[in-house]
Amino acid sequence: MSRYTDVIIAGFGGQGVLLIGNLLAYAGMSQGLNVTYIPVYGVEMRGGTANCTVVLSEDEIGSPIIHRPEGLIVMNRPSLDKFQPRLKDHGVQIVNSSLIDQELAEKDRVRSVLVPANEIADRIGNTRMANMVALGAYVKATGFLPLEAVITSLEKVISPHYKKLIPKNAEAIRAGAECVK
Amino acid sequence: MQAQERLVFDRPKVLADIPTHYCPGCQHGVAHRLAAELIDEMKLAEKTICVTSIGCSVFLYNYLLVDSVEAPHGRAPATATGVKRSRPDKFVLTYQGDGDLASIGMAEIIHCANRGERVSVIFVNNTVYGMTGGQMAPTTLIGQKTTTCPAGRSREHEGMPIRMAELIAQLGGTAYSARAALNTVKNIRSAKKAMKKAFEVQTKGLGFGFVELLATCPTNWRLDPVKANERVAGEMIPYFPLGVFRDQTAPAKGPAEVEK
Amino acid sequence: MTRKSPEKIFIKGNEAIARGAIAAGCKCFFGYPITPQNDIPEYMSQALVEAGGEFVQAESEVASANMLLGAGACGIRAMTSSSSPGISLMQEAISYMAGSEIPAVIVNMNRGGPGLGDIGPSQGDYFQSTRGGGHGDYRTLVLAPASCQEAYDLIIKAFDLAFKYRNPVLILGDAILGNMKEAVSPWKPAPVDPAEAADWRLEGAKGRGPRLHKSLYLHEGELAGQNKRLQEKYLAMQAETDFELYRTEDADLVVCAYGSIARIAKSAVRKLRKEGLKVGLFRPVNLYPFPSGPLAELAGQGKRFLTIEHNLGQMVEDVRLSVRGLADSEQFSVYPGNLPLPDDFEEPIKKALAGK
Repeated sequence: MSRYTDVIIAGFGGQGVLLIGNLLAYAGMSQGLNVTYIPVYGVEMRGGTANCTVVLSEDEIGSPIIHRPEGLIVMNRPSLDKFQPRLKDHGVQIVNSSLIDQELAEKDRVRSVLVPANEIADRIGNTRMANMVALGAYVKATGFLPLEAVITSLEKVISPHYKKLIPKNAEAIRAGAECVK
Repeated sequence: MQAQERLVFDRPKVLADIPTHYCPGCQHGVAHRLAAELIDEMKLAEKTICVTSIGCSVFLYNYLLVDSVEAPHGRAPATATGVKRSRPDKFVLTYQGDGDLASIGMAEIIHCANRGERVSVIFVNNTVYGMTGGQMAPTTLIGQKTTTCPAGRSREHEGMPIRMAELIAQLGGTAYSARAALNTVKNIRSAKKAMKKAFEVQTKGLGFGFVELLATCPTNWRLDPVKANERVAGEMIPYFPLGVFRDQTAPAKGPAEVEK
Repeated sequence: MTRKSPEKIFIKGNEAIARGAIAAGCKCFFGYPITPQNDIPEYMSQALVEAGGEFVQAESEVASANMLLGAGACGIRAMTSSSSPGISLMQEAISYMAGSEIPAVIVNMNRGGPGLGDIGPSQGDYFQSTRGGGHGDYRTLVLAPASCQEAYDLIIKAFDLAFKYRNPVLILGDAILGNMKEAVSPWKPAPVDPAEAADWRLEGAKGRGPRLHKSLYLHEGELAGQNKRLQEKYLAMQAETDFELYRTEDADLVVCAYGSIARIAKSAVRKLRKEGLKVGLFRPVNLYPFPSGPLAELAGQGKRFLTIEHNLGQMVEDVRLSVRGLADSEQFSVYPGNLPLPDDFEEPIKKALAGK
């Protein structure tokens, strides 16, 4: 069976969910996979939440839009409320426990990985890297892509002007991965 | 040719030697001829692309022997923009009537002028829709009866006639805007001078060139050609003053800039 | 198509269209902002200008389409892009361009309608695109990409077709294609022949008589003659069919869908195949001319059809015309305003298959 996965990444606008969606897609490309990335925009974006869907596949990709994903990264409470019920059985979700009450995360139907992404990012130096922490956790928890593929793809999504921030972002990705048992 | 014979009047080379379809006393033919003379005199024939419009002058391309493209009603300034932007080395001319330019094509002419497109626009104002049979135009005068304002245009119901040359002069991209008339030999000479300026601002790359020509429409005015000419002087010019409203080739003159 | 460059870039469909257009030798872009295609003019306002081209933000879609007419009359590769309400405003100029045989490329990233609708994806403009769209009797070639790579490839093809037939060519996408990112190989076609359009373009009557592009024909027999010429051209265009078949060989039911919906349908077909259901997919790439022959062939093999569209049922009429006398097509609509989801397609496919 050929390799395939999909993930919805969701949070507040400004939490960098579109950025890590792009990063994940680049990492998939670097591994020779077909990838699609589609941001959800429109009315849903006006409410202050943003989300994107990334599909990674050995085969040609059909739908870039996924209603019931295999994976989920939820950075805030409204995103959990909206997407957790849609997560496939036995799917994996990264729950940002810095902003989401961990009691709300389903335990039996799906695998919930609780990551205090904001706190970890704070410790590394900037809360704004919480997205990277969450992505690191997702990559480790799913094991679909090597962590290094994500780290080496950072240069694709961080403009040359901010190149000096790449090591810190890499550190955030690794720190997220370490949260996953 | 005998030595004492001197040719003083000839047909411009780019003006076709065929009868026009215009009504007796109509001044489109005069406007065509002036354009043709200037194209010849300024040696523009081989680089002119003319954008024609919809109205009585729709067949301009039959009379003016230059490369031409027919634009939809009112859109000639947009089409001319496309021509000039794709071939900035060409001389681009549009020729539009009052319905085409000042009604349906108002957005296109304003923005073309405002962008300062290097094109020259000849605007023929005869206060009426000629081709469709004498309906009210945006330049129809107050009190003037047409087939769609049979009681005469009123300010309350139809609004005031639009003075285009003044309006165009306000826009940042306009290098030249003037109004002339075709009712007397003197005015025709002035009209040619104004048209030449409108052509020159393009060839010199200064900006948008615009000339409004007041013209007759004896058929739809229900007047004979002589009476129609009198109407231009007696009714049109008082509301549509002749003059230059913007001229970037001339030194600034202050508030008294308008030349009568 | 010529060779693809090995270096892949990860870009939105909108950007693929813009980059493909520049690669195709597009020299002028005229446009007016409207969601969901703003990436195209934004990209062109920089990249096309850097490439030596002209970018004009017009005062309206009416004006941008008429600027296109002007540039096309000069034999210059030019384009505009918009979305449904804006495309409605362009129909006047598209009709004139078809009537006066002026090439142009027009991109429609279809959004929900009617009226102002929404800014989400839709296929509601199928009829408008494939039936001409404006007044009079004319057709425009319509190409419907389903991926970012295909968007890149087809805009290049669109310019070639526009000049081959001296006719407007539409690229019909939607908000999904425009906003989705995929890997694209930005290949470069051969440079445009400087003599392209040399026998008809307007450039000043130097050493020849004047040229004229018009669509007004008043003398007796003239307009009929022009319409006959156009009809002959449209018949010649019928050779330009392009389509994709996916697992149709042994299929009992063939799903017909185009653009983004086709790839979503493909996901459903693939999943149902895994369940052992004999279903396949037919995806027209050219919507006009519609690839009727290949569909009729499938009908001749005894297959049945289900047309899935993101509208109330438009392409289904072309499918039915294609297979008439041999088969019929079931129809399933995703209403514009709803997002199409592969899960939603499975039931109607199963139902159509069981209808045997």
